Amino acid sequence: MAGELPPPIEARGILTQFGPNIIHENLDFEVKRGEIVGLVGGSGTGKSVLMNTLLGLKAPEGGEVRYFGKRRADLSEREAGLLRNEIGVLFQGGALFSSMTVRQNVMVPLIEHFDIPHELMRELCDMKIHMVGLPPESAILYPSDLSGGMRKRAGLARSLALDPQILFLDEPTAGLDPIGAHAFDQLILNLREAMDLTVLMITHDLDSLYAICDRVAVLVDKKIGVYDSLDVVAQYDHPWVQEYFSGPRARATMATPGMQKKNADKAAAAVRA
Amino acid sequence: MLSAPATFDLSVQGPVLHVHAAGQWTIETVAQTNIAISNAYEGLAYESIQYHLDGVEELDTAGAYLLTRAMRVGDVIKPWKLVGGTPGQETLLTVAASAQLGDPPRVHRQWRDTLDRLGRATVRFGNEVVATMAFLGQFFAQFWGVLMSLLFIAFRKFGWLFNRKAERPTSRVRYKSVVSLMEQIGLDAAPIVAVLSFAIGAVIAYMGANLLGELGFSIFMVDLVGFAMLRELAVIITAILIAGRSASAFTAQIGAMKMRQEVDAMTVMGLDTFETLVVPRAMACLLVMPILTFIAMMSGIAGGLLVAWVTPVDISPVLFINRLREMVSIQHFWVGMVKAPFFAVVIAIIGCRQGLAVSGSVESLGTRVTTSVVQAIFAVIFIDALFAILFFQIGV
Repeated sequence: MAGELPPPIEARGILTQFGPNIIHENLDFEVKRGEIVGLVGGSGTGKSVLMNTLLGLKAPEGGEVRYFGKRRADLSEREAGLLRNEIGVLFQGGALFSSMTVRQNVMVPLIEHFDIPHELMRELCDMKIHMVGLPPESAILYPSDLSGGMRKRAGLARSLALDPQILFLDEPTAGLDPIGAHAFDQLILNLREAMDLTVLMITHDLDSLYAICDRVAVLVDKKIGVYDSLDVVAQYDHPWVQEYFSGPRARATMATPGMQKKNADKAAAAVRA
Repeated sequence: MLSAPATFDLSVQGPVLHVHAAGQWTIETVAQTNIAISNAYEGLAYESIQYHLDGVEELDTAGAYLLTRAMRVGDVIKPWKLVGGTPGQETLLTVAASAQLGDPPRVHRQWRDTLDRLGRATVRFGNEVVATMAFLGQFFAQFWGVLMSLLFIAFRKFGWLFNRKAERPTSRVRYKSVVSLMEQIGLDAAPIVAVLSFAIGAVIAYMGANLLGELGFSIFMVDLVGFAMLRELAVIITAILIAGRSASAFTAQIGAMKMRQEVDAMTVMGLDTFETLVVPRAMACLLVMPILTFIAMMSGIAGGLLVAWVTPVDISPVLFINRLREMVSIQHFWVGMVKAPFFAVVIAIIGCRQGLAVSGSVESLGTRVTTSVVQAIFAVIFIDALFAILFFQIGV
């Protein structure tokens, strides 16, 4: 499967507008296979709208979205269905079905798309639940019994149910404590390696951007202003980008590469002392 | 993507099991391979496993899971090695091998579950009765406070008229929401209440015309319509309609607020949920219920009057009214009317209590709305029966 394959996600000349209000204009964007891309931007710049456009939840007013080189609009009903199986989405709040247990939630896409014996399906779901780091006993709990972090993990397990190639994450670490957020970042890294994922994440968590993103896309002035590795993006000459990457929070994160490890060492030393 | 079927070959050499696999080992093919590979593993004796996956075109977590079935005997995972294959496949096998299975779903046993549910329902019924009573008590305590504050304010306002410098007294009653709720509960329900009781009045009149006509006493149908509508039917129809219409609405509104943590937000801001959510609803119900009952009574009698007039019984409206005034004394009107405020408070309280009892899940919202309507209608009919006994005993 080597060679120049078309990128999994590609958007060309996207125009999004709500009434007279233009959100995106002539926006170009692509994600290469196996990348983890972070999408950042100020409030109201249309990060979630862009994600919805890519997912096909919202039709753009202009331009086209391509998956694996094929225009989304040209796909037949069947092809679109197959494509959907290749895409996993983690919504911000997890979007778990509240009337089902965690395991039943993970089972939903399997039941919907495959004819697999129930027993085997259960085992496969339990494997996914284990993969996202939830304890085995959480399989029969309901979403309302879970904490915010566990709910996100359960949502992730459901989005991974069909072994997708592309994973969309909407603010995966928002609302998690730093330790939980760090663990979640590591989880995404491990899963990418294990399942050969391409990941697009909307995030505001600078730690996440530093820790796991290969490239960072910044949404400014109705398009992707800069799209490169973090070092390059941080030097980009735009007021918002500068403010974002040189604000007090960013400086603290940037000044200490490998911060988490150091802190962990410090904590360990403190415990020993 | 055309899927080449998954094939495998197992061979045991000494303590080592060699697993040769080829084709497509993905979620599309696991269903077919599942039983075959499980059967093949059975009865084989080995200590460790070597995987040869050179022929595998595609592997995902589901396929890897099937391959690793050989490793797990109970909770023990046997040592394994990937001899031929890519690092990606090795990662997948590692992930699949480390998978822990969760607790099995709770089993259902028909008879035991039925008894279990019966017991739980009984306990729940008891708890619900106690909780509703407690809520009712809480409401009256609060309501008393509100009434007192109104009285207090009336005095203060009187003083304020002469001494404008004094702080302008504010009331604890949320008039705006009371008025808007009165519109929702009362005005919007008035047409349906009128139409329904008109129809019921007409039905009663027809029954009377048939039964009493045979005996030659068709004039008594006037008494029948008057008694039935004034004493019982008007207030019951109104109460049941409001229970179905407004108790459910209260539960859904408050329940949705509870789910979105709006109720919590109000509490931390120091707003009393009782005062802001429950009292206005109960007050609005209390104020509109007698009016609706009155509309229902009038409309029911009008229905009876129309039937009496147009059917062969041929009782003219003037005769009908005269007979009504003669035979049906005003106390029957008050017997019906006096129940209205009781029904109003009970309906509002049940609706609000169920709303506040909604927990996080969508399902609980659904069950709570159902419970609220069922309980409200049950309570209305139960209280009506109590009133019937009471009125019988005191001879009204």
